[in-house]
Amino acid sequence: MSTQSDTHYLEAKGFYNWFFSVDHKRIGLMYLAAILFFFVLAGMAAMLVRLELLAPGEQFIDRHGYNVAFTLHGAMMVFLFIVPGIPATLGNFCLPLMIGAKDVAFPRLNLLSFWIYVLGAAIVVMSLIGPPGEAWLDTGWTLYTPYSVESSSGVIPVTLGVFILGFSSILTGLNFAVTIHKMRAPGMTWHRLPLFVWALYSASLIQILATPVVGITLLLLIMERSFGIGFFTASLGGDPILFENFFWFYSHPVVYIMILPAMGVVAEILPVFAKKPIFGYRAIAYSSLAIALVSFFVWGHHLFVSGMSNWSRWVFSLLTFAVAIPTAIKVFNWISTLYKGSIQLDSPMLYACAFIFLFTIAGLTGLPLATLATDVHLHDTYFVVAHFHYTMQGGTVIGLLAGLHFWFPKIFGKMYNEKRARVGFWMLFVGFNATFMPQFILGYMGMPRRYFDYLDQFADLHFMSSIGGFVNGLAYLFILGNLIHGIIKGTAAEKNPHGSLSLEWTVPSPPPLTNFDEIPEVHDWTYGYGNEQHA
Amino acid sequence: MSEPGTFFHLHEEDPVEAYENFKLGMWIFLATEVLLFGGLFAAYFIFKFIWPTVFEDGSSHLNKFMGGLNTLVLIFSSFSMAMAVDAAQRGQQKKLVRNLAITLFFALCFIVVKGFEWGPKLSHGITPGSDVFFSVYYMTTGLHLLHVLVGMSFIGLLLARALKGRYHEENFGGVEIGGLYWHLVDIIWIFLFPLLYLI
Ligand SMILES: [Cu+2]
Repeated sequence: MSTQSDTHYLEAKGFYNWFFSVDHKRIGLMYLAAILFFFVLAGMAAMLVRLELLAPGEQFIDRHGYNVAFTLHGAMMVFLFIVPGIPATLGNFCLPLMIGAKDVAFPRLNLLSFWIYVLGAAIVVMSLIGPPGEAWLDTGWTLYTPYSVESSSGVIPVTLGVFILGFSSILTGLNFAVTIHKMRAPGMTWHRLPLFVWALYSASLIQILATPVVGITLLLLIMERSFGIGFFTASLGGDPILFENFFWFYSHPVVYIMILPAMGVVAEILPVFAKKPIFGYRAIAYSSLAIALVSFFVWGHHLFVSGMSNWSRWVFSLLTFAVAIPTAIKVFNWISTLYKGSIQLDSPMLYACAFIFLFTIAGLTGLPLATLATDVHLHDTYFVVAHFHYTMQGGTVIGLLAGLHFWFPKIFGKMYNEKRARVGFWMLFVGFNATFMPQFILGYMGMPRRYFDYLDQFADLHFMSSIGGFVNGLAYLFILGNLIHGIIKGTAAEKNPHGSLSLEWTVPSPPPLTNFDEIPEVHDWTYGYGNEQHA
Repeated sequence: MSEPGTFFHLHEEDPVEAYENFKLGMWIFLATEVLLFGGLFAAYFIFKFIWPTVFEDGSSHLNKFMGGLNTLVLIFSSFSMAMAVDAAQRGQQKKLVRNLAITLFFALCFIVVKGFEWGPKLSHGITPGSDVFFSVYYMTTGLHLLHVLVGMSFIGLLLARALKGRYHEENFGGVEIGGLYWHLVDIIWIFLFPLLYLI
């Protein structure tokens, strides 16, 4: 067994050694390939949506096709790409390395999570697209009742697929939580943990506690359609609004499953490229937990206009505002980390800074939606669409790309072309803002979301948004192309090209199969940047 | 054919560490189960609040005797399961096998009684789609029944392994974890019974 440290994890060849691998690094990489595949698919659906909206009236697809296209886009992006997102990919790869462990607590369960993901994803995709002759899913990703009970499209199989995906998510969260509790190297105390690990921990808690609720909701929807139970059917005494409550009890916290790990990535990158210790370590760590906690009590802000008592509206509005506090704490601490640092704008740092900028816009535009009076005007308009794309794409996807560029040399043992990475970044940054900035204005002017057609007065802004969308799409192809080129043709990477101090950079690139020959002993936190020379 | 790092080649594990991990993992899993049923319990209270008479009327159609009988059956099975865990920790093979078998038998009784409860109802046209009370009734008891079945296969597995003498003073984690799961299944019923049958 002593020869294992000579072979690195990428060396395994053949289907069996990957698809049956319990190694967290291989599983992370398989997840990465899978979610990026669905990202591209769902992105193509988005291109179709923007193509149709290029001008008023019917352009390329009819109104039903349009419903299908945005449903495909939303459902695949949410369930297949962004929920597993950073934890399943970068989290799987980095977590054991960062805490000085040889693997996660349950390696086989980790592999099982991946298989369940593949199964669930296969069912979702096959039933979204639908068996020949049957209608494609057209309910939107939210599957709101009563329409989802009545729609003739394949609601049951899609719901079943998402239900199965939920198991994968729960098991990953459970695995990570136990790993972080029990597998830390000697000396790796909670207050020395990298902030990415804190973020993964907080996200895991949400995965564990919120996912079962959407599980039961989806199960009820399946039963509603197949056995005629009446939880969501008014004629039997049920309540369609109950579905919305249940659904958002999961789907609001799930936003933080998506965003917290991205925040963790940013907190890893900033100190490395500012050559300064992270500012406010404990504040950042505990604000992750605070966000996770508060996130369970704000779901009602999705129902302000759905039918809800004034009293609960008031409470949910107040609680939603409360989320801004831990979030702002993070932003202030990140900016303080940059203050007087010697900043080096390499591509991971560009993404990290863009994250702060875009996520701040996302957060601030959330406030008018949490405000009762303004929400009545903005609800279900493009303002909401723009707001959550700033969090999801401007936040999570930018965070994922930040992390991918940052850990790329460690994961693949190669370097990508830095110049092209920066070009790709700027393409994305410009394209993204050009797509969604106009949508804030559109929404403010009253353009409702999910509409196939629009009035002439919205034409200019929609046209701008579509052009931005195409630049946005091209940017992703360019960025992914550059990374793939790096995997194939990149120059060999050093052990620690960015000069990071955390544990994953102490092992060779790519890491050996068992990570560490000997479990390291930790004597200090991981953010002592700038002190190296003085020490 | 298979290289290190694949399914059948795990890194060597420290048994004590593995035991601790599994126990924490199981507790977390139980938390997810509580939340799964939590949604249904929430729906129960909401609908009962909106439709008190529908719930009173529906509840009066339930067979309190059979519900009570099943409650007793599950309480006894929890007791025998606890005895099984105790036997495993002490390394008492025969007692372990006996208690696991008794637990399995009680679980089977539960299912049979449930069948006698559901059967006549369904044949009288009282279905999940009758009204919102029976939606809640069939959904909660059905999901619970599913958990009983999962628990039974878990206990069956433990029994098969106990017969091979796999459990002893140094290795009883599996029985303990199975016990945790079974107790949860019982506890959920302990809540369901009064809510559906009695009030
Ligand atoms: Cu929300």
